[in-house]
Amino acid sequence: MSYVFDFPAVFEHTDALLAGTGRTLALTAIGAVIGIALGIVGAVCRAWRLAPFDRLFAVYVELIRNTPFLVQLFFIFFGLPAIGVQMNEWQAAILAVIINLGAYSTEIIRAGIEATPKGQIEAAQSLALNRLQTFRHVVLPPALLKVWPALCSQVVIVMLGTSVCSQIAAEELTFAANFIQSRNFRAFETYFIVTAIYFLLAIGIRQLMMQIGRRLIARRP
Amino acid sequence: MNDISTWDIVRNLFDGAVWTLALSLTAFVFGGLAGLAILFARIAKHALPRRLALGYIEIFQGTPLLMQLFIIFFGGSLIGLEISPWIAAAIGLTLFTSAYLAEIWRGCVEAIPKGQWEASASLALSRFEQMRHVILPQALRIAIAPTVGFSVQVVKGTAVASIIGFVELTKTGSMLANATYQPFLVFGFVALGYFALCYPLSAYARTLERNLHGARSH
Repeated sequence: MSYVFDFPAVFEHTDALLAGTGRTLALTAIGAVIGIALGIVGAVCRAWRLAPFDRLFAVYVELIRNTPFLVQLFFIFFGLPAIGVQMNEWQAAILAVIINLGAYSTEIIRAGIEATPKGQIEAAQSLALNRLQTFRHVVLPPALLKVWPALCSQVVIVMLGTSVCSQIAAEELTFAANFIQSRNFRAFETYFIVTAIYFLLAIGIRQLMMQIGRRLIARRP
Repeated sequence: MNDISTWDIVRNLFDGAVWTLALSLTAFVFGGLAGLAILFARIAKHALPRRLALGYIEIFQGTPLLMQLFIIFFGGSLIGLEISPWIAAAIGLTLFTSAYLAEIWRGCVEAIPKGQWEASASLALSRFEQMRHVILPQALRIAIAPTVGFSVQVVKGTAVASIIGFVELTKTGSMLANATYQPFLVFGFVALGYFALCYPLSAYARTLERNLHGARSH
């Protein structure tokens, strides 16, 4: 056994690592913002039993939560063009992330909305707030705050899951890893470094989202 | 492309699904055993095993499953072991499963009131005996629902093993989609296959959870 590790061989491709990291972050950010927005809409439809949307969202949530992200991605990228819906690898990746996170956040946020004490809504009504105002100012902020840690975890899970987007040739971080190891033949070192980058991203995203939760939702400095 | 009928597609996908199931069961059984060991370390009296278990859990929960599989696959050949995709996938998913189950079960153990620990300690039970006779039987009751729920994540996780070349449901689907030029149909069937495996587990987990909360409120 005389294998000599060569980690510097990985850092000769720092530009590829940085580009991949940036794209993984961008994919996650776009997916998180739109996915959580979709989740809020879905959660409202489910919690308030807005027919027929509550049923539609229920089916959507079950379909997405019971199939792998990789299969959703393949279905969107390879399957949809067969029925005339063309898209490039980035559009497919972004759409897959939004659809996936949308389903999970629907369930997560619904739990928060349904945990709103009845008295709060009655109090809002007694102040002559309409339904939308009640939702916007009384129901949503505490509901989001309650489930924010679960949403953070889900966004991190989704970010880690985007590594399979390399399979449709979206040039994110894992794609960069595959490219680098095909150049330097240092597969182990390359994947080790990239795994470490993902780990740091996971920590960073969680920290950032907790900050956002504190500032924007709880309105604390 | 014409000599592959829809029936052939379904039959081949079924064969692939058998391997998905085999990998899921392997990962779940061995991941459960390893997870139990990590659980014990995670709630140990001494700080060192607690920290090691925490590090293990954070690493496996904080990195992509695909990267874990790549590292096992390529790391194995580095130390001279010729690891087949099946072995790499089984090891990778077992480690992945053990980390999540240990963390889920820790939550269940910590949900047991402190008084139970104190009462059993006052009966001169050792820490292991306390776990074995007092804490785990009660923790088990609340652990079943989230454990069944997590099994869905294991089944879905096996799809990633297709990327290192393990021929299960997703890989079979990719090959069939290439051979038949009918990706919409094939990946639709693949998704249905996963749904058929996962939905009963999800529904069962939900029923268990409801029963547990119902039992508590009485």
